[in-house]
Amino acid sequence: MPELRTEPLVVNFGPQHPSTHGVFRMRVVLDGERVVDVEMAMGYLHRSMEKLAEERTYTQNIPFTDRMDYLSAMTGNLAYCLAAEKLAGIEVPERAQYLRVIFAELQRIANHGMAIGIFLNDCGAWQTPVMYMLREREKVLDLFEMTCGARLTTNYMRIGGVSFDIPEEFMPQATALVEELPDRIAEYEGLLLENEILQARARDTGILPADLAIASSVSGPVLRSTGVAWDIRKADPYCVYDRMEFDIPVGYQGDNYDRLLVRMEEMRQSVRIIRQALEQLPPGPFKTDIPLALRPPVGEAYARIESPKGELGFYLVSDGSPTPYRFHVRSPSLLNLTPLKEMTVGQTVADLVVTLGSIDINLGEVDR
Amino acid sequence: MTKLIPGSETAARIRAALPDAELEEAADWVVVDAPHLVAVATFLRDDPALDCRYPTAITAVDRLDHFELVYYLSSLQRNHMLILKTRALDHEAPEAPSVVPVWYGAHPQEREIYDLMGIRFSGHPFLKRIFLWEGFAGHPLRKDFLALPGGQKPGLAHFPKE
Amino acid sequence: MTPPGPLAPWYDFRDLSNAVERLLSWLSDIGPDWLVYVVSAVIGGTAIFLFVAATAVANIWVERRVVARIQVRRGPNRAGPWGLLQPIADMTKLMQKEALLPRAGDPVVFLLAPILAFGPALLVWGVFPFGKGMTFVDLNVGVLYIIAVTSVTTIVLFMAGWSSNNKYSLLGAIRVIAMLLSYEVPLVLALLGVVLFAGTMSLSGIVAWQHDMRIWLFLVQPLAFVIYFICATAEINRTPTDIAEAESEIVAGYHTEYSGIQFGLFYAVELVNAMALGAIAATLFFGGWWLFGLDRWIPGWMIFIGKVYLIYFLLIWLRGTLPRLRIDQLMAFAWKFLLPLALVNIMVGALEVLLWVEYDLSAGLVLPVFSVVNLSLAVLLVVGWMRFMAFPFHRLPSRARLVHDIPVVAPGAPAGGAA
Repeated sequence: MPELRTEPLVVNFGPQHPSTHGVFRMRVVLDGERVVDVEMAMGYLHRSMEKLAEERTYTQNIPFTDRMDYLSAMTGNLAYCLAAEKLAGIEVPERAQYLRVIFAELQRIANHGMAIGIFLNDCGAWQTPVMYMLREREKVLDLFEMTCGARLTTNYMRIGGVSFDIPEEFMPQATALVEELPDRIAEYEGLLLENEILQARARDTGILPADLAIASSVSGPVLRSTGVAWDIRKADPYCVYDRMEFDIPVGYQGDNYDRLLVRMEEMRQSVRIIRQALEQLPPGPFKTDIPLALRPPVGEAYARIESPKGELGFYLVSDGSPTPYRFHVRSPSLLNLTPLKEMTVGQTVADLVVTLGSIDINLGEVDR
Repeated sequence: MTKLIPGSETAARIRAALPDAELEEAADWVVVDAPHLVAVATFLRDDPALDCRYPTAITAVDRLDHFELVYYLSSLQRNHMLILKTRALDHEAPEAPSVVPVWYGAHPQEREIYDLMGIRFSGHPFLKRIFLWEGFAGHPLRKDFLALPGGQKPGLAHFPKE
Repeated sequence: MTPPGPLAPWYDFRDLSNAVERLLSWLSDIGPDWLVYVVSAVIGGTAIFLFVAATAVANIWVERRVVARIQVRRGPNRAGPWGLLQPIADMTKLMQKEALLPRAGDPVVFLLAPILAFGPALLVWGVFPFGKGMTFVDLNVGVLYIIAVTSVTTIVLFMAGWSSNNKYSLLGAIRVIAMLLSYEVPLVLALLGVVLFAGTMSLSGIVAWQHDMRIWLFLVQPLAFVIYFICATAEINRTPTDIAEAESEIVAGYHTEYSGIQFGLFYAVELVNAMALGAIAATLFFGGWWLFGLDRWIPGWMIFIGKVYLIYFLLIWLRGTLPRLRIDQLMAFAWKFLLPLALVNIMVGALEVLLWVEYDLSAGLVLPVFSVVNLSLAVLLVVGWMRFMAFPFHRLPSRARLVHDIPVVAPGAPAGGAA
């Protein structure tokens, strides 16, 4: 029987596409509906933040860190402030540390709500889960606005503490949110996780083996979904995480469904942490006085946190001047994209989009 | 807490396994010379006591007369971290061996360093610019890109009130 | 179907054809026969066209409001009271946009595709009995006509995708052909079950059978309804089977390159097709204009339109709540699940009809028995075949496992394998 002559189809999932989570381009070679090769092209949102940061003082660089991962600005601020404090040897008061933990976990809830909703949007549920998840995100963003004036690019943390103390209406509203959230999360789990079509789409697709994940510097929910129990809040605690009781959710085989499970459960654990932090919040100062042009001693420092996307680290090198000599961001979204080809080759186009959605990248962080 | 393995201990272990690698020790890190980088990296990954299978961050710093490549490596199972450095000595056309055969996570990070710093990695399977387009003149994160002669930064010569 | 005898007063709007009959009888007195024929065709055609256009416009509003309610939001409420002028705003916006024409594609086919897509959507409405005696053309092969006309959509969507000169459209077009072809087969077999019992393919005949037997064909052939509903949802490319225009994957599939009123036509076709699905289901399975004698007080056509809108609501409900299936899952579902079920349904239905005719049993005795048998058979078959075919996802864990402490290997102990 003669061989059927086929030609691979090269499709550009171009920078403008409803599902690439930003301006991200994938050059996909398809054989019918099967993916044969994926080549990623990024850099459409490259704003040269690392170069710009070398011209500005350490405090002036804090707004840059909001705009890298613009959907979780609090954690970006936090990682940078920890790195600068480590470099300069600055102590943070306890109240500020508790506030940092509260806002980082609130940011995690907001981010995961959005991530799960958008993942289901990629699976084809026309924005219905997004609308449900955004209800809680709106309440979290109201808390942010009440405290620091901004919803998205918060610019809240400062080197040595936080910029504003929480106002009076914060505690009752935050407590109400924390009371209401576990029921909501249970509602979302009941609505979403047992759905047959979602399981047929998300199980056994986009599988990432654990050893490939480790070799590829994958971190965050993607790494935990493969079965590796690694969370920087437990392994290398910063702020006051060592005083908090919480668990870390771990998946089974690294497919898209496991990432969904891990993110759902992380929202619940964040609620636990926020509840404990709100109870234990001590009075006191919320920032330390640092000079306007902070001159850290010559040296280098690397500080990392568990951001909602993964391990976010800042590598700062100082030469004694008010501006950093080198400002490098260890971006979790860029490194989580490393095994994308191995995760999607052999599956269909539909799975490629769903897998990309489940990794939860943020182009501001990938490109910086 | 993640333990940062001091430079002396790392250097001692590397010397025990690879005696002919030229090392410089500092308090927190070890500097290895470029020809032995891949061998040292492979040893650090495969040694059961060090077990650095997770490359946390790979980056480069422009030190005005040479480039310094910094490798932050960790072990998830043992929860420790160590810092490895190497130097690319030629400032005009720097070269360094690629550690992609050792850790796959170096793939995008080395492309980024090539793109923004200009260090060519020999042995990298896909060394193309990652953020900027092919044909971009120069490498932006070098200190002499858009800078005054001598690598001095324009602007912010002194900060008011300090 | 109108009984002969004195004509009812023309203002009796329970049967809209009364006015038309008056006019036609007056015309036949004064003019030649062909004039009567032409006038009746023009009136009927215009009425159908206006009805379809009106529902297409109204359904924009209905769909957006209902989907919004499912999504915990309000939907359009700015343009006019309760957003009722929103469809007019949408249509005006689409009409004044530039209708782009890809230069490298096939411009003639590109322009023809939306017009030809609207054709079957309009043609299929000609055979529905809107009320007793209110059918535009009472074909005695009505069911066959419906199936034939709706299959034309397949080639039209492929025309749209191919002529756009766009790889996304091509992917959408390929998916459309594969899916529509494979869902035709169980659809036809499901409708065959209905025809077996009614004994006629004429739509008004099927409604009359349901009227005479005082039973809905849905109760006699529940499996056929379920199979028909799923297959028809796939035929009109609605979620959960809308892979042809899957927005999140291939931008907009076969209508990526269309803008302006051409896109508006595709959108209207989707809405009209959804109503047509409702109309077919209402006529064949739920009795059309007949509702257990209620049509003495409420006009039959109102009951019919009400049923159509109820089924349309069901379609919107599915769209708002379910995610999308993948192409290979859809094909497997059609060929391996729906087709065997449809075949079994026909076999059992034919056996039942044979027993009924052979032993000359009375309908009042036999039909309830058949209903019960068919209902239980439907439930058994669906559940049993699902057990056999589908992957037991419910046995896999559906919550993440919680770890309290990071497992750290002591410095002296040997490290394990993967993490």
